Amino acid sequence: MLADKDRIFTNLYGRHSPALKAAQMRGAWDGTKFLIDRGRDWIINEMKASGLRGRGGAGFPTGLKWSFMPKPDPARPSYLVVNADESEPGTCKDREILRNDPHLLIEGCLIASMAMGAHACYIYVRGEYIEERDALEAAVQEAYAANLIGRNNVHGWPFDLYVHHGAGAYICGEETALLESLEGKKGMPRMKPPFPANMGLYGCPTTVNNVESIAVAPTILRRGAAWFAGFGAKNNAGTKLFCISGHVNNPCNVEEAMSIPFRELIDRHCGGVRGGWDNLLAVIPGGSSVRCVPADQIIDTPMDFDSLSKLRSGLGTAAVIVMDKSTDIVRAIARLSYFYKHESCGQCTPCREGTGWMWRVVSRMAEGRAQKREIDMLLDVSKQIEGHTICALGDAAAWPIQGLITHFRPEIERRIDAYSANPHSEPVQMMAAQ
Amino acid sequence: MSVRRLAQTQPASFAFTPDNAAQAQALIAKYPDGRQASAVVPLLWLAQKQHDYWLPKPAIEEVARLLSMPVIRVMEIATFYSMFNLEPVGKYFIQLCGTTPCALRGAEAVRQVCLDRIGPQKQVSSDGIFAWAEVECLGACCNAPMVQINDDYYEDLTPQNFAKLLDDLAAGRAVAKGSQTGRSASAPTGGDTTLSDTQLYDGSQLGAWQKRFAESEATKVETKA
Repeated sequence: MLADKDRIFTNLYGRHSPALKAAQMRGAWDGTKFLIDRGRDWIINEMKASGLRGRGGAGFPTGLKWSFMPKPDPARPSYLVVNADESEPGTCKDREILRNDPHLLIEGCLIASMAMGAHACYIYVRGEYIEERDALEAAVQEAYAANLIGRNNVHGWPFDLYVHHGAGAYICGEETALLESLEGKKGMPRMKPPFPANMGLYGCPTTVNNVESIAVAPTILRRGAAWFAGFGAKNNAGTKLFCISGHVNNPCNVEEAMSIPFRELIDRHCGGVRGGWDNLLAVIPGGSSVRCVPADQIIDTPMDFDSLSKLRSGLGTAAVIVMDKSTDIVRAIARLSYFYKHESCGQCTPCREGTGWMWRVVSRMAEGRAQKREIDMLLDVSKQIEGHTICALGDAAAWPIQGLITHFRPEIERRIDAYSANPHSEPVQMMAAQ
Repeated sequence: MSVRRLAQTQPASFAFTPDNAAQAQALIAKYPDGRQASAVVPLLWLAQKQHDYWLPKPAIEEVARLLSMPVIRVMEIATFYSMFNLEPVGKYFIQLCGTTPCALRGAEAVRQVCLDRIGPQKQVSSDGIFAWAEVECLGACCNAPMVQINDDYYEDLTPQNFAKLLDDLAAGRAVAKGSQTGRSASAPTGGDTTLSDTQLYDGSQLGAWQKRFAESEATKVETKA
């Protein structure tokens, strides 16, 4: 188990004050100037050596991402944009950082901006997080007042930090949609390339990072890349905030070392699965977008990027949704399908039309009101959506369905049998794509 | 994607209060010159809050005028983002999270309370106090099930404590935000399993990390000598 002294987010549960003075006692803003004075190359190399992989879901190495930023050009200023549009079902970790440990994030923004030559940073907070936004804004004002950030701050790197907010669109968590939204447009993802590092916010070089990736950076630099890399399996370094929801006895957020086995994570921090381990049905280990994993496969799996992708699932945002045997798994996935239908921005046809079609079919399957050949048709349609859209929302909508069919096909067939065994006045109709 | 239209009955005009007008200027100043369109979402939100939590057409036009944007561009924003209510929503607008993590913890029962108490969703109750809608994940999954009422989150709901919450709001009594079972943020109910080391909070570890750099400096000096 991770020792308390190795935890980065020491005010995760808000038991202490989020204000500057208390945050400084916990180690925020400790020697920031010393770190900044060691220079851009040192910071980026240290981040690369730490093995930190982006905490927003995709797991791209953070140090490498920072190194993609071009040399500063006065005509095209660089920007850091922090993605706090936390909307992936199951994920509620950034919220705790924003309201309980905002100074770690603000310090991270300064250091990251310096490392990529940016003098301005926008933090895009999801619209519903109103209290969290106010808490962050208050912390930013504190940092300005203490001259920790600003044009002439004590760290010698002119830096402005702005808090921006959205208004309830999951798609704005996609980096290019977020940039569109920040520019005052509908949140519709852009084609890549050009990548944001070349053409991002206002056409200028931009890096978009998750809140957690930025907030852990100062502590990594202080404690050293080797310290951070010492946790977790090879290529899956560090500590990570896990958000455990669903059918466990005590759902909670907790910071743990990467690669902690699933059973240990749940037993140690969540008081076990509701009704005991034999009652576990399936787990969605990384937020709604990844495929579910049945109980027998997940129980002893290390919770990290590589182990979970071997199970054809993923760590995603480490939002662990636990489902016990009382769960109607088909309905649970159908509800996620509705989510993707609701959140599709409507730009690409396969996603706009496909998410609705999949939702209608899988909802009928939840009742058993379907034909068995529709299961393969649904799987086929999900594969036509996957990979055929501008952003990953199409993939994210397809994967839960694919996971359901891979692991729970007998359950769907059982329902279809049960439905057709009973007399119904209307025969089951196949549904056209519409 | 969903169909969203403006309300049938619209007020004749909309103007920001002097306070909000000043705040609008402060919001616009966050963005570089010529990029004032970036402030469109914050400004629409400000307008919505001023106008009883829904956005009338004159407010959309006013925001367009303030930001020198074509009205249709602002209309696009107002209809794209789901937090902009285009119709009246009552004094307390309840957004019930119905996505899977909340559904697993009993959002259905909370939804039933809304149905029994308020009626069908997206309709203001007859006394004008409540309206409710099922929305997608609000990002408080460890505290499921939960609702957002106007600005605030109410978490760890049961049909009983939610019904009481509605009673208290309707009667104008003070209510506690956040967890309704007294949890601190998303801490586990059975007692904290982490963060008990008092050294984390007394400042005794500050600067300890710099030893690493001092040591490597010392080795450098030695090798040179």
